[in-house]
Amino acid sequence: MADSFGRIESEFRAKRAAGRKLLVPYITGGYPGWQDAIRACAANGADAIEIGIPFSDPVMDGPVIQQASQAALDDGITPNAILDEVPNLDVEIPLTVMTYYNLVHHPGPERFAASLQRAGIVGAILPDLPLEESGPWCAAADAHGIETIMLAAPTAPDDRLPKVAARSRGFLYSVGLLGVTGERSSLAQTATDLAARLKLVTEVPVLVGVGVSNAEQAYEATRVADGVIQGASMVRRLMESGPDAVGDYVAEVRAAIDGEGSTR
Amino acid sequence: MYASANGAESTVAGLEPVPSAQTDLSRSATARYSRATMTSSPSNTLSAPPDPTGRFGEFGGRFVPETLVPACQELEEAFDDAWSDPAFREELTQVHTQYSGRPSILTECHNLGERLGIRLILKREDLNHTGSHKINNVIGQALLAKRMGKKRIVADTGAGQHGVASATAAALMGLECKVYMGAVDVDRQALNVFRMKLLGAEVESVHSGSKTLKDAVNEAMRHWVANVSDTHFCLGSVVGPHPYPFMVRQFQSIIGDEAHAQIQEMTGAMPDLVVACVGGGSNAMGIFAGFVDEPDVRLVGVEPAGGAAVGRGTPGVVHGSRSYLMQDEVGQVEEALSISAGLDYPGVGPEHAHLAAIGRADYPNVTDDEVIAAFRLMSETEGIIPALESAHALAWLARAAPEIEGQTVLMSLSGRGDKDVAQMMDILADEMGGAG
Ligand SMILES: Cc1ncc(COP(=O)(O)O)c(C=O)c1O
Repeated sequence: MADSFGRIESEFRAKRAAGRKLLVPYITGGYPGWQDAIRACAANGADAIEIGIPFSDPVMDGPVIQQASQAALDDGITPNAILDEVPNLDVEIPLTVMTYYNLVHHPGPERFAASLQRAGIVGAILPDLPLEESGPWCAAADAHGIETIMLAAPTAPDDRLPKVAARSRGFLYSVGLLGVTGERSSLAQTATDLAARLKLVTEVPVLVGVGVSNAEQAYEATRVADGVIQGASMVRRLMESGPDAVGDYVAEVRAAIDGEGSTR
Repeated sequence: MYASANGAESTVAGLEPVPSAQTDLSRSATARYSRATMTSSPSNTLSAPPDPTGRFGEFGGRFVPETLVPACQELEEAFDDAWSDPAFREELTQVHTQYSGRPSILTECHNLGERLGIRLILKREDLNHTGSHKINNVIGQALLAKRMGKKRIVADTGAGQHGVASATAAALMGLECKVYMGAVDVDRQALNVFRMKLLGAEVESVHSGSKTLKDAVNEAMRHWVANVSDTHFCLGSVVGPHPYPFMVRQFQSIIGDEAHAQIQEMTGAMPDLVVACVGGGSNAMGIFAGFVDEPDVRLVGVEPAGGAAVGRGTPGVVHGSRSYLMQDEVGQVEEALSISAGLDYPGVGPEHAHLAAIGRADYPNVTDDEVIAAFRLMSETEGIIPALESAHALAWLARAAPEIEGQTVLMSLSGRGDKDVAQMMDILADEMGGAG
């Protein structure tokens, strides 16, 4: 059975079985220092990394990630320029991309999936590609060994969640709140509520993302979920203080979700 | 109607050709349309709804964050239910006749017609309450929002006409209203910003991206994602995820339905040509809806040269649907650049993409200079100051006049130019001496 899972899902299931909570930082590709930020994440306890490929119209992103994406675009970053760098990152953990569907649609799902595979990327998150529209992409992704991580949202009725979970590979992205990416002062009630609903209907690892903003909130979320995805809090540190600050922060979150109580 | 006549004709090839439709078809873009329709569309009329996935041919769909999928499904059901409910339709008609000022009249432009060598008839959406066709859609959506139990509407706006219409409907129906508007447009359409505020709406200036309509739509969608439970997204054109392109077209089809009857009465026949400006394409889709199944009527949508999604775009996915899109070589959406805030948009409604792809409608584009000339021409010859958006349609007519000599043309005058006077005063200051 385990062989039928892709790399992310096999590793995540194994780690979960061993009692480890999963941490997936998001870093905007092309923002100055992004490669070192990814290395710092890997060195400080991340289990996988989500590399953002900047898009001109990121409707699921709040101000911080919008700003980082725009800065990278203004510097002339392209999807290929990011993918070309991936083999040089030299990290051991699985790497995924997060981008918007037009950047997949433009070259076509097949070519895009092939280019991810060539770069050594093993997963993809496309937040504006819901289940009903995902067929062509998922077929291409499956053929190229790319695990497509689906999003589940708090607005979904009960009968929708198992369908979304069934099409998710790698892990299931449990959207933490009604809103776009960005830091919030507290973890929304919806974050743990949805994660709990999902845990009832799927064996796929459930990670909470969007609005998980610090180590304490990560700890809280992982009391229910299998792990967390953190974006804006990572990218803000990258923009304000550089890659080392990202590494320090990942270590802090790691300690918190391991239950070492550093923030409690 | 059209496709079945044509389909029937092709299977009985030896029989008499269907009268005038056929002769016209063979030399116009509609010839391509007939072929495509026979193979790809099972429905008999082009005014049919999209398929269950929200597609018109290859265009449309529902590309939204998962958070919004249930809201789109709920809206689709609510709209279908309301649209087939006579009580809802009656209420809509009543608001239109007693508040919006419908039906809007037709005006024959004798001076301008003579000048251009055509018979020019305007559908006067500029005379609607709030000054444009946008009210047709907004009244429908606001009634629907109330029916769905929503307390708030959030809207995008370019020229501010959709924002003003939304603020107006919200005031009328006791809804809260928030309008996102690009910072560039807040400057060039300052009058409309103040109107929205007077009407009690909250106007938020958007500083991301190109700071125009595209970015206002992004921000309104983000707001919707965060407030989806009690807020209706009152989208301003035939764009966005299913059911918006279809729903907005249905609400705007009152333009074409009225015009179809009115022009028959005025001229005793169908026009040769129907022309409208195209930003997202709602006034065009509204007037086309009345004529798309009239095979002899040529349909022309006029885009700005700086925002020619059909003219210069390729298929892409943004704001929830697949359509023609101005984008760069990797798929980043390009910024539109047009004198007219309402047409300053790199995309276009998916139904227009479909009509273009099958050759049923043509989408030429015109330059800002041609638009300025047309704006002045209509003002000087007819005593009607058009919206800069609507002036695009006239700009194309002025250019195409030699080729359409003698034809009867129905033009959508989508809005009035009051909102553009300050901007034009700056542009024409040297020539006309500005306000002094
Ligand atoms: C008067 C007028 N016409 C046309 C438009 C463009 O919209 P659409 O292409 O949806 O008709 C606008 C948009 O603001 C407008 O104000």
